[in-house]
Amino acid sequence: MEKNNKRPADTKVVVGMSGGVDSSVTAALLKDEGYDVIGIFMKNWDDTDENGVCTATEDYDDVITVCNQLDIPYYAVNFEKKYWDTVFTYFLDEYQAGRTPNPDIVCNKEIKFKAFLQHAMTLGADYVATGHYAQVRTEEDGTVSMLRGVDWNKDQTYFLNQLSQNQLSRVMFPLGALEKQDVRRIAREKDLSTAEKKDSTGICFIGERNFKEFLKSYLPAQPGNMVTPDGTVKGTHEGLMYYTLGQRQGLGIGGPGEPWFVIGKNLQDNELVVGQGYHHDGLYSEGLYASGFNWIDHIDRTEAFTSTAKFRYRQPDQEVTVYPKADGSAYVAFHEPQRAITPGQAVVLYDGDVCLGGATIEEAVKTGESVGS
Amino acid sequence: MSAIYVDHAAATPVSAEAAAAMMDVLQSDFGNPSSIHAHGRQARKQLDEARRKLAATIHAAPEELVLTSSGTEADNLAVTGYAHAHQHRGNHIVTSAVEHHAVLHTCRKLEKEGFDVTYLPVDEEGRVHAEQVKEAVTEQTILITIMHGNNEAGTVQPIHDIAAAAAEAGIAFHTDAVQSYGVEKLDVQELPVTMLTASSHKINGPKGAAFLYVRKGTSLTPGVTGGEQERKRRAGTENVPAAAGFAAAAEAAVTDRQSRREHAEALRSCFLACLKEHEVSFTVNGPKDHYLPYIVNIYFPGIEVESFLVRLDMEGISASSGSACTAGSVEPSHVLQAMYQDDKRAEASVRFSFGTENTIQEMHQLAAVIKKITDSMTMDIF
Repeated sequence: MEKNNKRPADTKVVVGMSGGVDSSVTAALLKDEGYDVIGIFMKNWDDTDENGVCTATEDYDDVITVCNQLDIPYYAVNFEKKYWDTVFTYFLDEYQAGRTPNPDIVCNKEIKFKAFLQHAMTLGADYVATGHYAQVRTEEDGTVSMLRGVDWNKDQTYFLNQLSQNQLSRVMFPLGALEKQDVRRIAREKDLSTAEKKDSTGICFIGERNFKEFLKSYLPAQPGNMVTPDGTVKGTHEGLMYYTLGQRQGLGIGGPGEPWFVIGKNLQDNELVVGQGYHHDGLYSEGLYASGFNWIDHIDRTEAFTSTAKFRYRQPDQEVTVYPKADGSAYVAFHEPQRAITPGQAVVLYDGDVCLGGATIEEAVKTGESVGS
Repeated sequence: MSAIYVDHAAATPVSAEAAAAMMDVLQSDFGNPSSIHAHGRQARKQLDEARRKLAATIHAAPEELVLTSSGTEADNLAVTGYAHAHQHRGNHIVTSAVEHHAVLHTCRKLEKEGFDVTYLPVDEEGRVHAEQVKEAVTEQTILITIMHGNNEAGTVQPIHDIAAAAAEAGIAFHTDAVQSYGVEKLDVQELPVTMLTASSHKINGPKGAAFLYVRKGTSLTPGVTGGEQERKRRAGTENVPAAAGFAAAAEAAVTDRQSRREHAEALRSCFLACLKEHEVSFTVNGPKDHYLPYIVNIYFPGIEVESFLVRLDMEGISASSGSACTAGSVEPSHVLQAMYQDDKRAEASVRFSFGTENTIQEMHQLAAVIKKITDSMTMDIF
């Protein structure tokens, strides 16, 4: 993990600690290696309920306990306003536009590896470390590559695809070399108080709450018709934002034949397009348009090339051919048709273990449609 | 460099005499002061002795003190206890915007119960004026509660004028004197207060000890019910060792009051002079005179207080800002916001508070570290 010429004891590492097992073990491993470790908790969201209970307070208590176990100093920093202005407004805007946002990607880009990284650097840190399952490698020419975590099942490079050289050169991911089960084992061996703590799931600011209820309190729901591709009305939907492409649950359409799935959204007419069968043709596409490409090596591609890609977290890699354009957009052609390509999510490209970067999916190109440009 | 502790408005080191007094009780007089046997009597004797000493520090009678677990509890008892006991006479309370949360949040709670509360604004020095208090009083007013010395800005209120105004209007007056106790002269024979709060851990006593002075003849509804301790105003077995430690610390604080003030004043002026010498850009928040000399609150334009405090801590310096809120991050001071109506200023201000063990040498070091930090705050990697 030696990344520069400084000895670990002279290298100050700020660990972003969430109160979970992953960041606890991250801090423990760095401390073991002799780094000058500081734990900092980020408070990005105020979820204080009517009883005054706030999960952030409970999580921070866990950070305090672990830091005391490790005998490292701990602090907190508040990014609620910045989080709201960047991540949350983006989140609402995307839903309003009928898309499915990925707030974790924006949070990594704008908060964890920007506001927080800046905060750590202001404190005199050499590096920020987090409990992400990813790896960084400094190449001979000095550029930094981002590699998948060795635990492919936990690999989080999908969420980190927007990071720049500037960011990655100041980052450590000690868990990238470990399997999740080893992380738990280390936590138990060290008797860390978070060893058995449940992993958090879902979008951090929603937590365990009901997603629909949450969204409803921020965006007006506009019910409309559920229609088949040929225009037959099959029922009503509660608001387009509540549905994701490929979704089966919660449509409430009965009747004979195969189950019904969301296959599209017609924003103009506020219609939810539904079709029967998991493999409904309307769910399949042969390519996608994506914009805002971030190339992690900072080399702008102009020539077509083949690579593998993920269109959602934890999906097995798919073969694609990428046709980049000068404006940072690209057409990504699939070697096999892909199901439920979702605008607003990310397409992330890989060359073997190396994450090349990624972009936001703008539009899926349905099988059989001609590729316009 | 050795660590420098300049957060005495939060807590102070326990003095040797306070620790010795506590150890004495802990080891020898463990009985319950309410018990009728010899062990109980011995503990009771220690408790009475502590109460007598504490009462003497403000020229009160021992039975006028209710010993509590904290200044917060004492403030709660004063405000809620008095309001509940007198709600048949009215439902209006007058306080200020710069009170400690122990008073402010208690007033908010009472508002939910149906009381009306007036939160008087303050001037740029953090001061409430007696005239404002007079104007705020209505037929319904039953209690006025204005703090003595402010814990964040160090402002000392014109407490004699306010107390006199309250007395003239025939309304009970409580003052939270937690930060002033041992620093300002407090004499309940001269100052017409109905109730006064003081706390131990601000004056080199242990945590977990405080008192509410309640003038003879004042009725309060107890906040804690149970046994008949503290003349039925605060049930629960008394914390005798803490009371003994508190009393020892209080006696020393009152005896040495003048020399401690002078020491604090010397530290403060040296610190400010050193900052000037280093050409650090700063403005002192709070009054030009009538302040608690051991508290100095400073606005450093352009700093981010969260990282500033962490950097001070990394250099071994313990200072503070505003009040720590949930999840450990810093909330801008409601006191500074009330004084300046300027969020930026409140978010870039730091409180330094000095104690008996601080030295002039430390003030030089402190200023030098601040110079170093303010010079390097602007490194931006994006």
